[in-house]
Amino acid sequence: MVKRDQTVVVRVGGEAGEGTVTLGELFTRIAARAGLEVYTFRTYPAEIKGGQVLFQTRLGVKRVLSEGDAADVLVVMNKPGWTENQRDLQPRGVLVYDPGAVSDPDTQGRAQFAIPAGVIAQELDFARGKNVVMVGALTWLFRLGLDLGRDIVNARMARHGDVLQQNLKALEAGYAYAEAHYPAPFPYALPLPEQFEERLLLSGAEALALGALDGGCRFYSGYPITPATGVMEALAKYLPAFGGTMVQAEDEIAAINMVIGASFAGRRSMTATSGPGLSLMIEALGMASIAEIPIVVVNVQRAGPSTGLPTKTSQGDLFLTLYGGHGDAPRFVLAPDSVKDCYYQMINAFSLAEYYQMPVIVLSDQAMASRVETMPYPESSCGIWSECLERQLPSEAELAKDYRRYRDTKDGISSMAIPGMTGGAYLSESLEHDVYGYPSQTPENHQLMMEKRSKKVEAARRRLAKWDSSARRWGHRGAKFGIIGWGSTRGAVREAMVQLGEMGIEIEAIYPHTLLPMPDRAVMEFIYGKKAILVPELNFSSQFARMISHRYYKQLDAQDIHVHMLAKEQGIPFKISEIYEAALEMVLEEGGK
Amino acid sequence: MSTRKAKDYKSEVKPIWCPGCGDYAVLNALMRAFAELDIPQDTIVVASGIGCSSRFPAFLNTFGIHGVHGRPLPLATGIKMANPELTVVAVGGDGDGFSIGGGHIPHAARRNVEIPYIVMDNSIYGMTKGQASPTSPEGIKRKASPYGTVEAPLNPIMMALAYEATFVARTFSGKLKEMVEIFMAAIQHPGFAFVQVLSPCVSFLDTYAHYREITAPIPEDHDPTDLLAAMRLAQATETLYLGIFRCMADRPGYSRRFQEIQSAVHPMTVPEVMDRYQR
Repeated sequence: MVKRDQTVVVRVGGEAGEGTVTLGELFTRIAARAGLEVYTFRTYPAEIKGGQVLFQTRLGVKRVLSEGDAADVLVVMNKPGWTENQRDLQPRGVLVYDPGAVSDPDTQGRAQFAIPAGVIAQELDFARGKNVVMVGALTWLFRLGLDLGRDIVNARMARHGDVLQQNLKALEAGYAYAEAHYPAPFPYALPLPEQFEERLLLSGAEALALGALDGGCRFYSGYPITPATGVMEALAKYLPAFGGTMVQAEDEIAAINMVIGASFAGRRSMTATSGPGLSLMIEALGMASIAEIPIVVVNVQRAGPSTGLPTKTSQGDLFLTLYGGHGDAPRFVLAPDSVKDCYYQMINAFSLAEYYQMPVIVLSDQAMASRVETMPYPESSCGIWSECLERQLPSEAELAKDYRRYRDTKDGISSMAIPGMTGGAYLSESLEHDVYGYPSQTPENHQLMMEKRSKKVEAARRRLAKWDSSARRWGHRGAKFGIIGWGSTRGAVREAMVQLGEMGIEIEAIYPHTLLPMPDRAVMEFIYGKKAILVPELNFSSQFARMISHRYYKQLDAQDIHVHMLAKEQGIPFKISEIYEAALEMVLEEGGK
Repeated sequence: MSTRKAKDYKSEVKPIWCPGCGDYAVLNALMRAFAELDIPQDTIVVASGIGCSSRFPAFLNTFGIHGVHGRPLPLATGIKMANPELTVVAVGGDGDGFSIGGGHIPHAARRNVEIPYIVMDNSIYGMTKGQASPTSPEGIKRKASPYGTVEAPLNPIMMALAYEATFVARTFSGKLKEMVEIFMAAIQHPGFAFVQVLSPCVSFLDTYAHYREITAPIPEDHDPTDLLAAMRLAQATETLYLGIFRCMADRPGYSRRFQEIQSAVHPMTVPEVMDRYQR
């Protein structure tokens, strides 16, 4: 009963703080170790304990593109886990449940697998191990192998020496129970590959952190904020091993100012935050822009406004990152569209920040940061989809005489001396300044410096047009219908397009990876000859669609191309079906394929 | 023997300050301290915020960074952590440091980051033309406080001592020689060094005569490792004591602590980190 695409959606519902996420993670790791590709999604309440947790993992024989829609296998550990998720169990799905938590669930004919995890755990005198009992049962049902299960539990729990043995016993007891009671083949067990390539199993937050390390980041300062904290924690662990430093700041304002200071002193530096933190950083972001100091700011978006929904996903910060701040403060905005892409875009972010001496914002989101994906080992550390770019330092001749930090140049880039360089002393100014950095208020100088800084954006736009990574385009080349999106919605769009293709609908898509500067040529080539384009995004006011409509109005008007907005702001990602239906509606409204 | 003179640290930019402003003396004293300690110009960074006194870095020919309002301490911390070999000095005024940026002082103190922080305290907002500041005397009438301020003034020395800053001193623009000595001690201190400079604003709150009258040197028998004794001196209001209230050099500084961590950790490469995430 495994679908043709050879993927299975396993959803776990349970109480927060009762090991529900651990259950999902252990099972996911065992499946990944067995050679399956994985892609997880989780949503959790803002409270640490209490409230309902949903952990979804989609397993596949080939690369998995999104978390999927309906559950094939629903695993429930408490009553709401069943009542809240039963409508999402597909008609031929199966229920795996603890009868101690849910009695006689009405699955309307769908197969049931009762695993008395609570009772088994109690018999082992290890009541809180019921989640691991369930992991053992799933390991049997999916035929992943008990030894792999033991390996993963060992690796995961090794730090907790005292409970490791208890957890191993729980795993084995769950496995044995399921084996004894459900010996028949499990309908959703995937064929395990005999040989498979090595893969990394990374969360989006970890991919951002590792990409940053690879991009040369050696200083991080940040303030804890959901859902961005994972980036800080990963870097806190590894930076010292690279001679780097992680400072937990007293607030986001201090964090970004430390990052600016560290970069001024010559280190590749970054911070990561989420909406409320980014709002606090905006003033200093403008300073990095006018003083031309390279910094990287990751924004792991969550649903707003204000404190909003801290643990839920959104793409609602697009306008803030593009336009936030007073005055015209040039910056770059990058938008990775998968966990793997998070890794590479961080390298690009540092290349761009350093070379153009500008703030770079990398837009991720809660769903992409907290999910785990299998990804191939990065092929080399830099220069796959981009160039390795460095900060331009002053030449000896420049330092020997009359060094001008903010000298006007063709592309706006002027060499940046680092404290300690003999002859390099200059003033880095947040006031408008002359070529030396000294404050200057004349109209001519202000105009000159505004042009100098904005020239860098145009220079970058020309360079980026040559990078494969500046936009990703796929689908039926030259189709009448298109989808333009950005960020983490790409997985659902890819799958919806496969389904549309099966319906005979020709459609193609483009996902710019740099939203500022926009890869205009690539986008204009894409929209040329289209009847209509769909712009799906996870925010309330269709920010990206408005930006596209405004930026390309001439082309859109001249060719009478209709922009269809698909905005969703519910704190959760798109379902494949939502994209599919919206695209279908667009095609029908526009008079068919 | 120093090869550098105070004027060697001066830039071509003429200060924007009013004639008679206390900040001129601070600028001269800091240049003299640099010269006395013979620190190469290119290894010094002076970080500041916003306000009259924060224009400071432009008047020096060292490296300088003139940031946004209230954030010289985070800026300086980032610089020092990125390159502990540099001499990093944070400067600013009382509005910049005690009002908008007040939240950073406790953290600079608890980190004990190796930065002298020189606050030119004129008890008024000069650049915006004379509003009351956190250290203005109570009852002061200005355009933004036409009925007189009702807030009690902050006691910066008490504040720094309460945060257990490892070096706390007060000096006065009218006492150049003493100021140079205190700056030299602050620069050499292996931790966070808080220095309040009574630096009168001749345009909006001229306190020269008042300070000459009520300031006195800290008694010679004061023990700068005795926190409570320092607090007693700081609480005196009839007399404003000048000198070093507290100096504790035994606690290692922030950048040194991180260097210790770095040298204790086994170096890694990016592929080694990746291997930890193998499925």
